[in-house]
Amino acid sequence: MTDLYRDDVTGKETTGHEWDGIRELNTPLPKWWLMVLYACILWSIGYWVVYPAWPSLTSYTKGVIGYNSRADLSNQIASAAEAQAHWLDAIENTSPEAIANDPELLNFAMAGGRATFNENCAPCHAVGGAGRPGFPVLADDEWIWGGTLADISLTLQHGIRAADNADTRNNLMPRFGADQILDQNQINDVAEFVLSLGNRAEDSAAAERGRQLFADNCAACHGPAGEGVRELGSPNLADEIWLYGADKAGIVAQIYQPRMGVMPAWGERLDSARIKMLAVYVHSLGGGE
Amino acid sequence: MIKHEVFEKNSLVLLAGIIVTVAIGGLVEIVPLFTIGETIEKVEGVRPYSPLELQGRNIYIREGCYLCHSQQVRSFRDEIERYGPYSLAAEGIYDHPFQWGSKRTGPDLARVGGKYSNDWHVAHLLDPRAVVPESVMPTYPHLARKELKAADIAEHLKTLTIVGVPYSDEMIENARADLVAQATLDGDTEDLLRRYPKAATGDFDGDSTRLTEMDALVAYLQVLGRMVDFTTYRPEYAQPGSAGGSE
Repeated sequence: MTDLYRDDVTGKETTGHEWDGIRELNTPLPKWWLMVLYACILWSIGYWVVYPAWPSLTSYTKGVIGYNSRADLSNQIASAAEAQAHWLDAIENTSPEAIANDPELLNFAMAGGRATFNENCAPCHAVGGAGRPGFPVLADDEWIWGGTLADISLTLQHGIRAADNADTRNNLMPRFGADQILDQNQINDVAEFVLSLGNRAEDSAAAERGRQLFADNCAACHGPAGEGVRELGSPNLADEIWLYGADKAGIVAQIYQPRMGVMPAWGERLDSARIKMLAVYVHSLGGGE
Repeated sequence: MIKHEVFEKNSLVLLAGIIVTVAIGGLVEIVPLFTIGETIEKVEGVRPYSPLELQGRNIYIREGCYLCHSQQVRSFRDEIERYGPYSLAAEGIYDHPFQWGSKRTGPDLARVGGKYSNDWHVAHLLDPRAVVPESVMPTYPHLARKELKAADIAEHLKTLTIVGVPYSDEMIENARADLVAQATLDGDTEDLLRRYPKAATGDFDGDSTRLTEMDALVAYLQVLGRMVDFTTYRPEYAQPGSAGGSE
């Protein structure tokens, strides 16, 4: 029942609704607010015309300016690439060795290399290549697969024991214990001999017994004096750098059932200019040869 | 102008009004579902998850990983340069429920497959601070202790076929065998890889004597984002040579 009534206290009109003697004041939205709302609605109609908006059964309205977020993105990527093209092309066409000798290029490569390293490599090798247990230090002079720019580039490109990469760096240390090639005593003796290479043997008699076992089983890959062979990716056992633990327990575990690290083949994820910048950056961390 | 009094005082008119309003909302939400077959871009390579990956995915959901990690690389240049090509709708087509997420406390995981080694994933799940000092992620050491119980894995696959995941009878029959083969060091994976190309295989958690939840979760993480070959993918809209890659 519509019954317009002016409220005595406020002097405002009521909406005409009345419930048990209680009336509702009519306080309409401000004009300016309503105008903004209507303007927004009109704007949205314009938006539907200009931009992709309405779905149809098989497609959608494309909009008159042909905007496409993917196309927009590829333009952004293209213009960013163009802005860097001067440098990236130079990197692309220059060998890593020559980059290292060109201060300007080196500057660019170091900045790009650091950014790429921190996102992709630091989770394992730590910021600055400081390494972690099980993940090699990149800032020292010990290189399992070689520390020249060419070696580092190859490792980056194809990874280490990377699945589905035909050119990946690969080797396989036998599981001397798990596959029962050596018994427990023999493993103990070999471990003592390996410790003796760094003058750390606890039991020199055992180390002496391990000498022949080492020559028969280990020297083919690790070298007669345990100095390691880079072509085979076998680490130096005579220094103080240990990937999987320096103590005897760590060495025994590694002989019994070796852990063998895996590095992804970054050539599948990063473009060649970034691989090159990474190689230059890693080479500069302290151990480059 | 229709006075709202008409609606307020005639329940049948009100009912009709409600039906019309709800119907419009319903149509807008439901009709597109019938055209999903045509509107989702066709992409080569997307396959159903292998049984082990599926178990890993269940663990991912159980542990609430989605609360901090999204699985959706958005089409922004910064995300593409960091993570890789932007996610495609088709890549989530066999995800029930999808794991796109929206909370990005940790990094996006849509392209994490193959980015790190199994060893890294295990070290990181056991104690994230051991490899990422600034990480705020909780530790998940129990995954390495808990045996993977998956007696009903074939039923899982069968259930997913109801919502349209194309597991074949062969896949369902061999579910348990595939699950074990994928997590076995030097296992016989020929059939597995024929059924589930690009599946990562091997002993994921470094303990070859046991099949643990860690094995399953790492197997799942290692396949994320690797099914589509982005060296050959070209988006539908565009001129050749403008894929979403960072090159």
